[in-house]
Amino acid sequence: MEYTEKVMEHFMNPKNVGEMEDASGIGTVGNASCGDIMRVFLKIENDVIIDASFKTFGCGAAVATSSMATEMVKGKTIQEAMLITNKAVMEALDGLPPVKAHCSTLAEEALQAALWDYAQKNDIVIPGLEEPKEHDHHH
Amino acid sequence: MSMYFDYAATTPLHPKALEAMMPFLTDNFANPSSAYTPAREARKAIDAARKQVACAIGAQPEEIFFVGSGTEADNWAIYGILEAQKKKGNHMIISAVEHHGVLYTCRHLEKQGYGVTYLPVDSEGFVSPEAVRGAIQPDTVLVSVILANNEVGTIQPLKAISEITKAAGIPLHTDAVQAVGHIPVDVNALGVDVLSMSAHKFYGPKGIGAQYIRKGTPILPLLRGGAQERGRRAGTEDVAGIVGMATALTVATKEIAAEASRLTGLRDRLINELLSIPHTRLNGSRDNRLPGNVNVSFSFIEGESLLLHLDMQGCQASTGSACSSGALEPSHVLTAMGISHELTNGAIRFSLGRDTTEDDIIKLVEIVTKSVGRLRELSPLYDDYLKKG
Ligand SMILES: Cc1ncc(COP(=O)(O)O)c(C=O)c1O
Repeated sequence: MEYTEKVMEHFMNPKNVGEMEDASGIGTVGNASCGDIMRVFLKIENDVIIDASFKTFGCGAAVATSSMATEMVKGKTIQEAMLITNKAVMEALDGLPPVKAHCSTLAEEALQAALWDYAQKNDIVIPGLEEPKEHDHHH
Repeated sequence: MSMYFDYAATTPLHPKALEAMMPFLTDNFANPSSAYTPAREARKAIDAARKQVACAIGAQPEEIFFVGSGTEADNWAIYGILEAQKKKGNHMIISAVEHHGVLYTCRHLEKQGYGVTYLPVDSEGFVSPEAVRGAIQPDTVLVSVILANNEVGTIQPLKAISEITKAAGIPLHTDAVQAVGHIPVDVNALGVDVLSMSAHKFYGPKGIGAQYIRKGTPILPLLRGGAQERGRRAGTEDVAGIVGMATALTVATKEIAAEASRLTGLRDRLINELLSIPHTRLNGSRDNRLPGNVNVSFSFIEGESLLLHLDMQGCQASTGSACSSGALEPSHVLTAMGISHELTNGAIRFSLGRDTTEDDIIKLVEIVTKSVGRLRELSPLYDDYLKKG
């Protein structure tokens, strides 16, 4: 199994690592028994995501997709952020090995879970956003 | 600089083995079954190799059969022993910590209608001989228990198990692929009927192994065709491989006491230093394990990410975890030992060998400590733990 240079770069030197004290929304997806947990923190002002960070337990692909997804979401409006798909994250990393494709799905879900948390806390509705499912994914 | 800690996966070829192989990779390419001088030389080399392998495990040369790999030997043992006793029964007993070569073969046969009892192991990975006794049924025709486990290095009480199988008249197979050449193995002291080995685990070439079969054991061939190996394993012999295997095993056997004690010292040092990293657990037995095997789980981090970190710093190790191996199941060995999924995902195996030095261990510990620290900084589980206090 082979990771691209981009994946290794984001794995060895991940961007946006850390908890965010004053996060507007926090989303956690995955579980330890399946091997990956992602927690995404978003800071949102005037409908714009001004900062993003993460903590991830998981394989190289899980860490790299978290790093890339948080990079991609920064500076975007909520509506723009809703358009960040797992495919887009994967493409930005120059691809993932097929057995690791689920990691990018997890990144998309973590972003949306953080947006959901923000919407709940502020009592707003984000068009197209659904309540995160209780996570029970299998490889 | 590269630091190799994956000798349980495979070992480099011993220069003496290569030297012994060279004539059969170059000038003498004769088929040992032919009737001219070079072929007779090749035949003689095989005979000598058979004696060397027999001698290393306390067997008779007629009880040694060369095969294409440890996996083939495992498959042959299972299929061959079952088929030879078809009329007697179709139930087998294996441990829950077998190598895939045995485990997947038995799972396959189970789907075909055979009965399989999987013996549980305790938290250190040991099979209890009494559990073997309890699992025997009137239709049991095979017991297979791995001698030394490839993931956690646990060495099973084969002698106590063989006393039970012998009294019950049931053939006992052991996968000794990780043991032979590393710890003293004597087929009579162990009392096993069939024993599988593989050359590339003891500095021999890849793609060659051997099966010990005690005289009188009911077992049919797996491969049929030519009359090689006295009709029990067809196929033109890999003369170079056979000679390389025998040479490597002879060298390993000569050095076994000194090398085992040297590696045990390094192993224990590595275990102690790794356990001084907080939230680290040793998987397997502290003492009754292979001299070169260390298997640990670091809480809050996942195995593959640690392996990648180590790899980027020139350290090669391995894991049995779901993500890295491409296998989609967590380690069946650690799971059978009752270890949680989270910790099986974080398990790493370091296996030491001939070229491992004390210096390597010191550097490895430094690199692992740093990498574990960095990955824990990334881990939401570590955060959660710290908050709970
Ligand atoms: C315990 C055990 N059995 C069997 C095998 C398979 O041997 P081979 O690689 O020669 O097929 C291995 C190693 O891969 C092993 O560790």
